[in-house]
Amino acid sequence: MKTKMKTSSFIIIMVLAIIVAVYTLMPFFLVVINVFKSANGIVADPIGTTGASFSQLLTNLSNVVNNTNFSFWYAFGTSALITIVSLVLLALFGGMAAWVICRNKTKWSTAIYMVFIASMIIPFQVVMLPLISTFRDVGSFVGISMLQSIPGIVFAYCGFGGAMTVFILTGMVKTVPYDLEEAASIDGCSYEGIYFRIIFPLLKPSIVTVTILNGMWIWNDYLLPSLMLGQNGRVKTLPVAVQAFVGSYVKQWDLILTAALLAMLPMIIIFLIAQKQIMSGMVEGAVK
Amino acid sequence: MKAFSMGRKITSFALLIAGAVMLIIALALDFSGSGTSFRGPLLVIGLIALLAGLYLFPTLKYHKNIINFLFLFPLLFTFGVTVIIPLVLGIFYSMTDWTGIGYTQFVGFANYMAMFKEVSFLWSLLLTILFVLVNMIMVNLVGFALALLCTSRLKGVGFFRAAYFLPNLIGGIVLGYVWQFVFNNVLIQLTKTSLLSNSGPAFAAIIVVYVWQYAGYIMLIYVNGLVTVPGDVIEAAAIDGASSFTTLLRIRIPMIASTITICTFLTLTSAFKQFDVNMALTNGTGSISNFMGQYLTNGTQMLALNIYNTAISKNSYALGQAKAVLFFIILACVSLIQVRISNKKEVEM
Repeated sequence: MKTKMKTSSFIIIMVLAIIVAVYTLMPFFLVVINVFKSANGIVADPIGTTGASFSQLLTNLSNVVNNTNFSFWYAFGTSALITIVSLVLLALFGGMAAWVICRNKTKWSTAIYMVFIASMIIPFQVVMLPLISTFRDVGSFVGISMLQSIPGIVFAYCGFGGAMTVFILTGMVKTVPYDLEEAASIDGCSYEGIYFRIIFPLLKPSIVTVTILNGMWIWNDYLLPSLMLGQNGRVKTLPVAVQAFVGSYVKQWDLILTAALLAMLPMIIIFLIAQKQIMSGMVEGAVK
Repeated sequence: MKAFSMGRKITSFALLIAGAVMLIIALALDFSGSGTSFRGPLLVIGLIALLAGLYLFPTLKYHKNIINFLFLFPLLFTFGVTVIIPLVLGIFYSMTDWTGIGYTQFVGFANYMAMFKEVSFLWSLLLTILFVLVNMIMVNLVGFALALLCTSRLKGVGFFRAAYFLPNLIGGIVLGYVWQFVFNNVLIQLTKTSLLSNSGPAFAAIIVVYVWQYAGYIMLIYVNGLVTVPGDVIEAAAIDGASSFTTLLRIRIPMIASTITICTFLTLTSAFKQFDVNMALTNGTGSISNFMGQYLTNGTQMLALNIYNTAISKNSYALGQAKAVLFFIILACVSLIQVRISNKKEVEM
């Protein structure tokens, strides 16, 4: 009798899980089936497959990809470039700073660490307006365009992502035994060599974590690029391009949904490849 | 004893001098206001040369300090320019008549007074608090329920976890538009009028989307907490005759108290900062016929969006900045409370 009850509870749990999964995936499903339809087809039947055809998908795709307001490949390339460069710099500089902060117990390093930790509570909204004016002033003063430029936005991401990166990596550096560094030093390793040859390779798991956390945030960020690059600027990241595109094609759902699909696809593909790392990275980032 | 080669000494000094000269020329050009286009690259190259020269500087005594400085410099520099300077300027600007470009006079707390006299802002504040409270409860309940589901005997757990987490991967702007489609074109066949056209249902719609997006993430954290509860404790409870519900209430929940604290504050702060979904789904529109004797058109506008619109759309930078400072103060208080609570918990354990 006990096994019978277990099977019935198993079925209930299974059914519940499936219902929730259907609900969670429903919007994605709706996007996928509607990109196969024309604008009229979507309005006529947004749920079923009537009016869906493969040639219509190609039409929608070419309409969106070649659209001058969206210019998918350009926006995609910009987003990818900004994200990758920011992530590499954050991992490199973050690890260096974390090591120095962790291994030098002076009042300066403690103070710097405290400032980094405290700054994590600063919401972007309180710095965004002065940030734009500061970047504009600094940019025009030194003659380097900081707004509407990719280097400027990478610079900003290094500034904003620095605190969290240092926080997580410092935790990791603490776990590396100091004896290792002493041994390397006795063997004739230079001070900076200790970091690059000993510490940096050992930090890898935590660098994966910070890269995932920073990557999700930078790739999906809308507010910072929209303020720095402007809605209709020359340089656009993917979220800014989607926003600008939707603004110019209100209610043209065939185009909007295709654009949304294209914007979602890179992230979903990466998730399918590195699902385990992403999920555990997100949890580690929150728990620490 | 010859610790450093001649070549290194020469390179170091040459780089230091060249870097300093380039920096001085670039800065001189900056101050003289000449528009030459190479002054920017000159400054950057000069800075890099200076740092490289510093790195090669032939000294044993100070080498460690120089490396420490060079390792800290990039992050501290970007951090200072993007966070610290704007924060200090922002607090100052909130007390002036700043226009986004410059200011003419110091106005004290006038912006803060104006802010609290603005009925639409008070509405946003109230709405945000309501949103945060509802969300905190909903996301945690749903996330915890999903975590229980995902830790029970289930076939294909990996698939379900991934499916529930999936919405969290996509940015709020894209999700907002996808859901706008769902509400306006799909669910309208059930609801007749769009849920987004009236303030009340539209507010509920934002909550639905937000819970949908965030619950999967919170679920992962709860799963992480639940699997740390040792199996023999649960087994012991089962032997003592505790039902699975009692075990949950008396053993599993108390044992993951720290996880609950983390999730509560995570949902609290993130809901508070909610911007993207709010903007893409309703853009804050929606009419409120009577709030404190006024007719409002920003029925679903949350605080973050209100700040953005005040500054960018209405061009009142100083007022927007004052609102942002209040926003910061509220968040800082919340974070301080969190730190105190989690410290207390750690002491008890």
